[in-house]
Amino acid sequence: MRGDAMRGLAVFISDIRNCKSREAELRRINKELTNIRQRFRADKTLDGYQKKKYVCKLLFIFLLGHDIDFGYMEAVNLLSSNKYTEKQIGYLFISVIMNSSTEMKQLIIQNIRNDIQSRNPIFINLALQCVANIGDKEMATAFTQEIPRLLISGDTIDPVKQSAALCLLRLHRTSPESLQLNTEWTARIIHLLNDQHLGVATAAVSLIDALVKRNPDEYKGCVNLAVSRLSRIVTSSYTDFQDYTYYFVPAPWLCVKLLRLLQNYPPPDDASVRSRLNECLDTILNKAQEPLKSKKVQHSNARNAVLFEAINLIIHMDCESKLLVRACNQLGQFLLNRETNLRYLALESMCLLATSEFSHDAVKKHQETVINALKSERDVSVRQRAVDLLYAMCDRSNAEDIVQEMLTYLETADYTIREEMVLKIAILSEKYAIDYKWYLDIMLKLIRIAGDFVSEEVWYRVIQVVVNRTDVQSYAAKIAFEALQAPACHENMIKVAGYILGEYGNLIALDPRSIPMIQFDLIHSKYHLCSTTTRSLLLSTYMKFINLFPEIKQYVQDILRHDSNYRSSDVEIQQRATEYLRLSEICSATVLATVLEIMPPYPEKQSPLLVRLKQKKPLTEAETSSEPFAATTANPEDGPKLAESTIHLNQPVQQQQNGLLLSFDTLESNNSFNDATSYSLPSISSPAPTSSTLQSAKKLLFKNSDIIFENDLLQIGIKVEVAKHILGVEFYYGNKTNSNLTNIANTIKVTGDLESDIRFNIEPIKTGIDPKAQIKQSGTIECLKEFQELPIINLSFYYGNVLQKVDFLFPLYVNKFIERAEMDSNSFFLRWRNLDKPGQECQKIFPAKYPMMHDDCRQKLEGFGWSNLTGIDVNADNFCGAGILHTASQQIGCLYRLEPNKQAKMYRLTVRASKDGVANRLVELLDDEF
Amino acid sequence: MIRFILIQNRAGKTRLAKWFMNFHDDEKQKLIEEVHALVTVRDAKHTNFVEFRNFKIVYRRYAGLYFCICVDVNDNNLAYLEAIHNFVEVLNEFFHNVCELDLVFNFYKVYSVVDEMFLAGEIRETSQIKVLKQLTTLTSLE
Repeated sequence: MRGDAMRGLAVFISDIRNCKSREAELRRINKELTNIRQRFRADKTLDGYQKKKYVCKLLFIFLLGHDIDFGYMEAVNLLSSNKYTEKQIGYLFISVIMNSSTEMKQLIIQNIRNDIQSRNPIFINLALQCVANIGDKEMATAFTQEIPRLLISGDTIDPVKQSAALCLLRLHRTSPESLQLNTEWTARIIHLLNDQHLGVATAAVSLIDALVKRNPDEYKGCVNLAVSRLSRIVTSSYTDFQDYTYYFVPAPWLCVKLLRLLQNYPPPDDASVRSRLNECLDTILNKAQEPLKSKKVQHSNARNAVLFEAINLIIHMDCESKLLVRACNQLGQFLLNRETNLRYLALESMCLLATSEFSHDAVKKHQETVINALKSERDVSVRQRAVDLLYAMCDRSNAEDIVQEMLTYLETADYTIREEMVLKIAILSEKYAIDYKWYLDIMLKLIRIAGDFVSEEVWYRVIQVVVNRTDVQSYAAKIAFEALQAPACHENMIKVAGYILGEYGNLIALDPRSIPMIQFDLIHSKYHLCSTTTRSLLLSTYMKFINLFPEIKQYVQDILRHDSNYRSSDVEIQQRATEYLRLSEICSATVLATVLEIMPPYPEKQSPLLVRLKQKKPLTEAETSSEPFAATTANPEDGPKLAESTIHLNQPVQQQQNGLLLSFDTLESNNSFNDATSYSLPSISSPAPTSSTLQSAKKLLFKNSDIIFENDLLQIGIKVEVAKHILGVEFYYGNKTNSNLTNIANTIKVTGDLESDIRFNIEPIKTGIDPKAQIKQSGTIECLKEFQELPIINLSFYYGNVLQKVDFLFPLYVNKFIERAEMDSNSFFLRWRNLDKPGQECQKIFPAKYPMMHDDCRQKLEGFGWSNLTGIDVNADNFCGAGILHTASQQIGCLYRLEPNKQAKMYRLTVRASKDGVANRLVELLDDEF
Repeated sequence: MIRFILIQNRAGKTRLAKWFMNFHDDEKQKLIEEVHALVTVRDAKHTNFVEFRNFKIVYRRYAGLYFCICVDVNDNNLAYLEAIHNFVEVLNEFFHNVCELDLVFNFYKVYSVVDEMFLAGEIRETSQIKVLKQLTTLTSLE
């Protein structure tokens, strides 16, 4: 192999290595560059060998980190050489140095084409490898026919097929739209999985995997072939595949690739394929139990590479409980293995198993071992996986232990993982808290142990939980007070305790150890050590104290008046001190009580902690986004996702700041805050707007548009349009105020039977309404069955930072689905007589509620939905009519007769309907409407 | 998918850098330095896997050389760990007891070995016999 060595190159490399200093190296390189430049310029008759040698030297210089700005043409010239070694250096130079240059691209493509079309497989391979290294859109277009043909042609030799497959993969990745793969080739590409040559199969799986991801249906035939190929490998002896056996493991890489390919699809539908696959997986698990055939780590690594991929597939299919439990037991053994790699990988895989219902309990058996790993592993990344697994396996039964262990570990944990651990502890202790006192104990301990790593979301959340749960507020005040008594307090602790005491300090004020003045002194003893943000928060606490404890008002005012606050160089502090002081001086106790009222409950949304935890990973990407990985084409989907996540991250924080820290200020600066409370309080406190809405609801009974809700802030109108069993609806939300309504959310609640009787399909509501403006929300409602109850609409929104909640009945009556039916008297009476079974008829006599006007009655009956047939009843004062009640599954015929008796001021209403119970319901709806 | 393959010595000198993604030259240099800083501080008790940005490095140390493969986070760690070893055994056979200097003086041949075994960021050929046979054929050519 040393025969073709370029002596000049070797000498040059030796010279460089012998250079004692960077300067000497630079001098040597410059000398060489000058020499090469002269050779290229002067000597047009350089032979191939010399050209190759100089190009190779340039390449070496480039790899040392120097720019090369000439020699490109000579390199391209080498491509047309007939000698392999010259061609190879030419292609190498192009692949390494010229990958993004566009000059000479056409020339290069022409050379590649020449080689691909040559009969020399060595040259074809070189050309294909070059395309696989630097292929781009232009090459994809240029070779869209030739390379696939090489791949599927029967004449192509195996090594060329291997290169062609991966070449296509490269082009597919860089330029999927330019690479048009003929669908006629699909079957032949898939069949490469069956190729006799395992190397061809190995290369082809990677291509097929990518094509499957683009078009799973077109390539689904690969499942059967992959399963049978896999089966043939795992059931064979290692001696069957001499070339492809690696340390007694037959074709481990091909197995791994096949197992990954199968993870693109659900478990096979075909029972025989499925059982064959299960057998494969079973065999792989069995082999893991066999004694090792070699002490070499290569043997166990190769075997376990296949095993871990098999476990991934088992988890992906998530349907064979036996396999899942076996996998879990196998991983459990690995947890005790002396190979760190295996322990690490076992922890990682178990995390996935913990999420499957079949294996969750099996994973939990290893809790002790995992906790030990947390304590004893030397590699932080292993400990990190142990934390992940504990988090994943946590449920109500073991939460207390796991949280305790994580807290203990937190004290000594690596700084790099503390913040994430804090988040996880906070999430688990809230999620699985049976007793919220326990939750609060944990959280305060968390802040004490790892205060620096407690992100804002975490302590905001503590406060949200306390505000929303009245049962723990006095306990919260008590332990917050105790926590502050520690000689050294983390600032996050001061924030939490300050906020809680400001809201609920009165709940512990009767205890002689925590009377108002002691609380105030205790908090204020920390004040001077705090940052301005914390001080701002504490000033709000002080202001709340004035309301809670009027007896200490004077002391608070002294603090507010103090120069360090009243004339603070920090504008926020100064403004708060000034405004709070003024407020405390001029406002009556009742006004203060309104302004400083305790915070209303927070709307329950997804915990911001979970949002934060999910964002943690992409966030680290975001930091590097300006750097290479994100800038490349391989992950085009990363960009928008990142942008999105950063936006999300900012939003909740800001909102919470509004709620938690700045609420006083915004209320103050907003002059309408008095209005706000007078508007909001009734609507929050009166849970029954029903009486008023019910009346209007009755109106909707006869109309197709109406106002269905109204208060001082908001008016909600509705318009409906019937088409058989589907009702088109439009809700109109009108903002009656002069400020924005924000964060609007609504749900339509259907309970009990109603859930299966009506189906709503309503678009999401817009989240805000401008002052005096209206928004529309439309959708459809489907009647599945004749229903009885009314749905409830829950609406929440913010008005001037105060949460407003409105619940009201949605006056959707079943008659909205009645379609009028016209008929003559014969058919009317025929039908009437046919509906004579007991459940089909309902008759009621009731007094007149309104003046007995013939026209009003007619309007109401027609508005109700059914027809008003004249000339059927002999008495012209009476009303008769018919309608069809449409539901998704049936049509219910309904007939009625309404007989007014003006002397008695009574009505008699008779309804007959083809389905039991319907007549009753319709009479119920009408018996107080005339 | 393999994002790049690096061979570095303890001092941080790069003996091979094979990129399967398009990086700018200064980015390449940065990656090389980061990977070096990341793997050289780890000891034998540590795993052969390290998280790296949004990818992971699977690496193995042979005497003074670190062989590092950067792959996607959900890729099979052990398969790539053994792919490194398979590659090293081929180099060893091809260069008859490979040492660092072989990689320096024959850098252009090392690229050929890589292209035989890894292409487009995927494993192309795993049979040592087949790879060596092909390499021998190529060496015999002019």
